Amino acid sequence: MASRGRGWLAIVAVVAVGVALTLLVQERYHHRVLTLVFLWAAMGLAWNIISGYAGQISFGHQVFFGIGAYVTVLLVVKAGLTPWIGMGVAVAVAVLAAVLIGMPTFRLAGIYFGLATLAYPLIFRIVMDWLGYQEVAIPMKREQPGWFMQFNEPRSFDLLALGVLAATLVLSRVIETSRLGYRLRAIKENEQAAEAMGVDSFRCKMAAYMLSAAPAAVVGAVYIHAILFIVTPEAVFGLLVISQTLVVCLVGGSGTLWGPLVGAALMVPVSEILDTTVGDRLPGIQGVVYGAALMLIMLGAPEGLYWRVRHAFRARGGGEATRLAIVAPPAEDGAAAVPTETVLLEVRGVSKAFIGLQALSDISFDVREREILGVIGPNGAGKTTLFNVLNGFLVPDRGEVRFLGQAVTGLRPSALCRRGIGRTFQVPRTFQHLTVLENVMVGAFVRVGPVHVAASTARSALAKVGLADRADALPTGLTTLDLRLMELARCLATAPRLVLLDEPLAGLSGDGVAVMISVIRGVRTRGVTVVIIEHTMQALLRLADRLIVLDQGRRLAAGAPGQVTQDPAVIEAYLGKRWLARMAAR
Amino acid sequence: MVLAELVQYVATGLLVGGVYALMSIGLALIFGVMRVVNFAQGDFMMLGMYLTYFYAMSGSVDPLLGAILTIPPFFALGWAVHRGLLARVTGGGDPQRQMDAQLILTLGLSLVITNATTMILSPTPLGIRTAYATQAFALGPVLLNQARSYAFAMALLLAAAVYVFLTRTDLGKALRASADDPEAASYQGIDVRAMHGLAFGTGIALVAAAGGLLATYYPIEPTVAGNFIVLMFVAVVLGGLGSIPGAFVGGLVIGLVQSLTLLVLPFQLQNTGVFIVFLLVLYLRPQGLFGRRARTV
Repeated sequence: MASRGRGWLAIVAVVAVGVALTLLVQERYHHRVLTLVFLWAAMGLAWNIISGYAGQISFGHQVFFGIGAYVTVLLVVKAGLTPWIGMGVAVAVAVLAAVLIGMPTFRLAGIYFGLATLAYPLIFRIVMDWLGYQEVAIPMKREQPGWFMQFNEPRSFDLLALGVLAATLVLSRVIETSRLGYRLRAIKENEQAAEAMGVDSFRCKMAAYMLSAAPAAVVGAVYIHAILFIVTPEAVFGLLVISQTLVVCLVGGSGTLWGPLVGAALMVPVSEILDTTVGDRLPGIQGVVYGAALMLIMLGAPEGLYWRVRHAFRARGGGEATRLAIVAPPAEDGAAAVPTETVLLEVRGVSKAFIGLQALSDISFDVREREILGVIGPNGAGKTTLFNVLNGFLVPDRGEVRFLGQAVTGLRPSALCRRGIGRTFQVPRTFQHLTVLENVMVGAFVRVGPVHVAASTARSALAKVGLADRADALPTGLTTLDLRLMELARCLATAPRLVLLDEPLAGLSGDGVAVMISVIRGVRTRGVTVVIIEHTMQALLRLADRLIVLDQGRRLAAGAPGQVTQDPAVIEAYLGKRWLARMAAR
Repeated sequence: MVLAELVQYVATGLLVGGVYALMSIGLALIFGVMRVVNFAQGDFMMLGMYLTYFYAMSGSVDPLLGAILTIPPFFALGWAVHRGLLARVTGGGDPQRQMDAQLILTLGLSLVITNATTMILSPTPLGIRTAYATQAFALGPVLLNQARSYAFAMALLLAAAVYVFLTRTDLGKALRASADDPEAASYQGIDVRAMHGLAFGTGIALVAAAGGLLATYYPIEPTVAGNFIVLMFVAVVLGGLGSIPGAFVGGLVIGLVQSLTLLVLPFQLQNTGVFIVFLLVLYLRPQGLFGRRARTV
């Protein structure tokens, strides 16, 4: 976190440069360009909160820009209310609109979300036309220009716009460096993994949406007073507003507060200059330039200029010496390693069918505190489906799951994680663009709020799995063993009572298996209960206290490993006669 | 009398909906095969209208024929746009980011086409005069505008041709195979990249032809795309993203909804009915009326 102070310093520097430019620039037209740069940068930053950080691409963000403009101006016209207060009302209305829009729309994922957001500004356009607000001019207030945001001095608008930009930068920076920021990035990278790590994705997205609606409304209000003077549905809810926003963010790079700033500083002056020089002869030149910029950036550097330049300057995490996995096998110290009689998790009659396939039928078992319970079975036996039911990805058709004596059937994964059920995935699901430490921090945030506390929780979780020295690497550079260890650390950082490990040994070398087994033993030694899915009987025999065998969605057998492997039904369905012969020969 | 009025509105809606259906099929084909939501679809429709106008002015080609004649050049244009632009967007290897990048690329393309057309041609609306544009067939008390009726019939024919192509020819089957599972298709020796080009070319040609048909009764101007692209999105989502029969039905439904909205709401609010249907479908049945793939969270 060395860059912490630097980030704030950079914002101060940006504002200082802005003020200097405002003072230096003389011509009225240049002031206009400056105001526009500040405003579009702020608008881009607003969009960036929901679409850049959280990855929910909104094609309708001008809805809040338009609400800001209309509410402020109508309050001046109808009630004589100063826009300084009107803006506050507009922000409240925009945030309320964000809640009303977000409630149904965040149920949609991916492109469906984007398409749905298209509809809202269109509806507003039609309704404003219909209400008779095709053109609303700001009434002139000669006696109190400042009170009504009608400055003669263009410098005042520069400073106002710069103020909006500075506030939005600060907001973005606060989000970026807060728990919410980490969670949003986790959702963007892998929503399911984020949910399983205790991130309530709906609430986080909603918070981001509300936070991004507010600055958009302010920008809309100021834009009308500084630039347009007349509100029309087309001008504020139209496609050009969102195009400009997208251009600024995508050219500069989204997911960082510097991207929209770079994009605005570059694109706004270019398009303004073209518009004034050749705009008379070539109407639409702005649109062509924006469109061409979008195309070029997608062809050349789809991640945006900021990221492209940044990656060019620093190559991260590469070229480290190969690490020897040195994990001190924790001592199997008496009491902690022995299962107690307390029942932690009760599964009663759980059934789940997918179209035509009974994945689980009438599964019942108990998990006792501090035991290592192995779930085995051939491919398609329903093992992962069982985990998906236990951690809340799937709601069972019938049956009940009780955790610590309470019914938890049908709770969301994030809620189950908060109650103490953690899990890993068969194919590791990482947050690709977050470092190993940050990945684990997402888990830690379930229990702690402040970033530095989460970081130290995460470091200690990494130490428990022997991955402390890879904290700053990106997941893309990790081996399969390291990825699985990182996932386990992320899960442990949520301080679980029970962990569900989905094939943690799959794809590991012999040494890797040994490391993983000792780490899992260590997890139990610390008092955490483990349920583990495995294919290979050999490994589980070394690890598990008890086994449950699934076959075609049914519970075939349960009991101590020695007992289960003698069970004729298990041998018939799963182990095969040869296995028995081989075991007998030993 | 009320019944006759209702039938009139339904008939008008269906006639308009036929052309929506044709343009939506193009969009659905592109999405179905390439997983790209083509924002520039409306702009190619606009260009198709202009080409039909050009045929009519320079060679006195009837727009109904002109619409068909837009197909070859626009197929080539679509192919070239795919080869030259879309196929070059990689998104850094991540499939989700590649789709996002392609989507943004088509948005950029849309901005360029609309505004460049405004720059090069005049923003003044044009129209093609035909004898049948002001005539109507009378079916008892119900009047069917002749231009819309012809356009509807042509749209049905073209849609049927696409259907036959996709279901009865080897090339059509290869196209559907690449839509279902590009990887498996490529193992079967199908050139998936060529299939993408074919899909994009065909999708563009269809929407251009639909534009040509529309030009028999709708004013031609550079910004006309904006009025239609959202209707196409709605039709395609309604039918289930990527489903071609779905998009066809979706187009008809949009025409109907637009027309029937006029019975209860004033003219300016005509499209609110469409958007409300759109949002309802998204919330209640995001996979659309005909969609097979449920959305994955």
